[in-house]
Amino acid sequence: MTQALNTFRGGPDEHGHFGMFGGRYVAETLMPLILELEEAYDAAKADPEFHAELRHYLTHYVGRPSPLYLAERLTAELGGAKIYFKRDELNHTGAHKINNCMGQILLAKRMGKKRIIAETGAGQHGVATATVAALFGLPCTIYMGEVDIERQAPNVFRMKLLGAEVKPAKSGSRTLKDAMNEALRDWVTNVEDTFYIIGTVAGPHPYPTLVRDFQCVIGEEVRQQMQEAEGRLPDLLVAAIGGGSNAMGLFHPFLDDPTVKMLAVEAGGHGLDVPNGHAASLTGGRPGVLHGNRTYLLQDDDGQIIEGHSISAGLDYPGIGPEHAWLKDVGRVEYTSATDKEALEAFQLCARTEGILPALEPSHALAAVRKVAPTLPKDTLVVMNLCGRGDKDIFTVAKHLGVQM
Amino acid sequence: MSTQDSGRIAARFAALKAEGRAGLVTFVMAGDPDHNTALAILKGLPGAGADLVELGMPFTDPMADGPAIQAAGLRALGSGARMTRTLELVRAFRAGDQATPLVLMGYYNPIYSYGVERFLTDAREAGVDGLIVVDLPPEEDQELCLPALAAGVNFIRLTTPTTDDKRLPAVLANTSGFVYYVSITGITGAGSATAEAIQAAVDRLRRHTDLPVAVGFGINTPEQAAAVSRIADAAVVGSAIVRHVEQNLDASGRPTAALVPSVLSYVRALADGVRQARG
Ligand SMILES: Cc1ncc(COP(=O)(O)O)c(C=O)c1O
Repeated sequence: MTQALNTFRGGPDEHGHFGMFGGRYVAETLMPLILELEEAYDAAKADPEFHAELRHYLTHYVGRPSPLYLAERLTAELGGAKIYFKRDELNHTGAHKINNCMGQILLAKRMGKKRIIAETGAGQHGVATATVAALFGLPCTIYMGEVDIERQAPNVFRMKLLGAEVKPAKSGSRTLKDAMNEALRDWVTNVEDTFYIIGTVAGPHPYPTLVRDFQCVIGEEVRQQMQEAEGRLPDLLVAAIGGGSNAMGLFHPFLDDPTVKMLAVEAGGHGLDVPNGHAASLTGGRPGVLHGNRTYLLQDDDGQIIEGHSISAGLDYPGIGPEHAWLKDVGRVEYTSATDKEALEAFQLCARTEGILPALEPSHALAAVRKVAPTLPKDTLVVMNLCGRGDKDIFTVAKHLGVQM
Repeated sequence: MSTQDSGRIAARFAALKAEGRAGLVTFVMAGDPDHNTALAILKGLPGAGADLVELGMPFTDPMADGPAIQAAGLRALGSGARMTRTLELVRAFRAGDQATPLVLMGYYNPIYSYGVERFLTDAREAGVDGLIVVDLPPEEDQELCLPALAAGVNFIRLTTPTTDDKRLPAVLANTSGFVYYVSITGITGAGSATAEAIQAAVDRLRRHTDLPVAVGFGINTPEQAAAVSRIADAAVVGSAIVRHVEQNLDASGRPTAALVPSVLSYVRALADGVRQARG
């Protein structure tokens, strides 16, 4: 690939490749559309007005910047590194997803698109998309697996209140990957007027890049906030990964700072040794092509996609953004996993020590922090992306704790 | 150095031209509803009037297919279909038919997983004449298209209503065998295009290529197949055939005795439509 050798931030190349990963593996019908999107995004990126408008909405509507908060009681409890939370759960709609949705809807508006579609797993990206669609008065259809519609009833109702149509994906495993298939089928059909807001750093080029760019506000704020708080760079960044957008948003601005280590945490489900029992595509999968890009996938030996499992409906995607696949192979980011059980324990730990109910997704990141922080010196600065709040998950948590609600 | 292709596709279109009629291209899914039934269907297709056969390679995530073909793929996978079994079907078909072109159609990941070089060798040896891989646009030609051409396997590209004049030359550049015009923006088994729209699109394609043009997506009846046959070099029917498989399963999903005859008599009706179109 033709990116500069002395940087980890130069990708992708002009064909959307991060090393061997990424690319544009889509049906011909969609090819002209993603080329049009790429052109429109390049123009928007160079336009100060676009950035000013995005900045306006991020400040006054989303509520950015989100605080960088020193979790003192948790730090004391774990007895090692100093732990900061990047509080993206305080954003409007309760997760980092809206950073990306705001960017993409402004792009859709610029392109004169009249209709919005999206896929969702846990419903967080669906809610964020329905929210920005309502904000700009555009009709919106959200695809969601039938299984997830059952598991995530409150978010389904939220989307409907926001005026979105929620369409069930009834094929295959009826979860997030099938919702993405349905969204792609819709896009193939409605090519003239529809903008597809993908929710993570996956899909065909240019999606992994543009979603990353819109999420980078997280890491850029952390850099400045940490400078104010400690007068230096953080030492370790930790984030959960489903498709990888909140992690990429935190990591990317620091990729070329060699002292900053990064740890991404996949959903270990019942454990990596349990077949079909986890959603750890990087640590438990192998390279393949799905949803427009080459990346690590959960698949059987015939190349059929395995759905994966996680307690968190936002993490059980069988793929991972292609830039993460590349960062794993070049060794810049360390990838690990946390099980359902470890995430549940971390969820409760956070509630008790800090008075914050984290979403089950960042609970996976916290599970990893819980393991590494005690092994690190007290002056080590750790930043964990608390990328979503846990209100949506209390029913799941209750069920697993054996509590009747 | 390129290997010669099998020549079957070119020979078949030349024969059709000599007969003064269009061809019928039929799509069925490998292993649907099970291996032996799929083989019985496949073997019966030429006799029922199919001029070229497309055999679907089952995939869990067929993003350009509608409900009928999605379900067919899942039925096949449920009954143990996999790439090695698909190639066995081709071999068994070829043992009894040396003339009818066979094209494998599907998505890239099962091929990538099998290994591109090994796949091309095994497919060619089994008797495959061409490939249609939905999620490989010309931007990704180095993945499979160029190796396939080098291995003597035709790479048949889809062109669509969104493929504009600017893009068309790139799309046609490495296409061989025939060009497949997808007549609607949408998934398989959805609505159909008007004859006028198809005519305009085929005329445009013919200005850019001498390859035969097959038209598919949304052809559901012998009448529609006939209408397309008056315009294009071949009509492709998929979902409508696959639905005849679905409609002849018992409550537990096993094929009834009526399944193979039902599928083949439907293909015969389509073939009659195609043959009478220009009569
Ligand atoms: C709060 C939260 N965190 C993380 C994720 C996983 O996505 P990503 O890895 O793209 O951040 C989701 C997805 O729904 C989510 O809702």
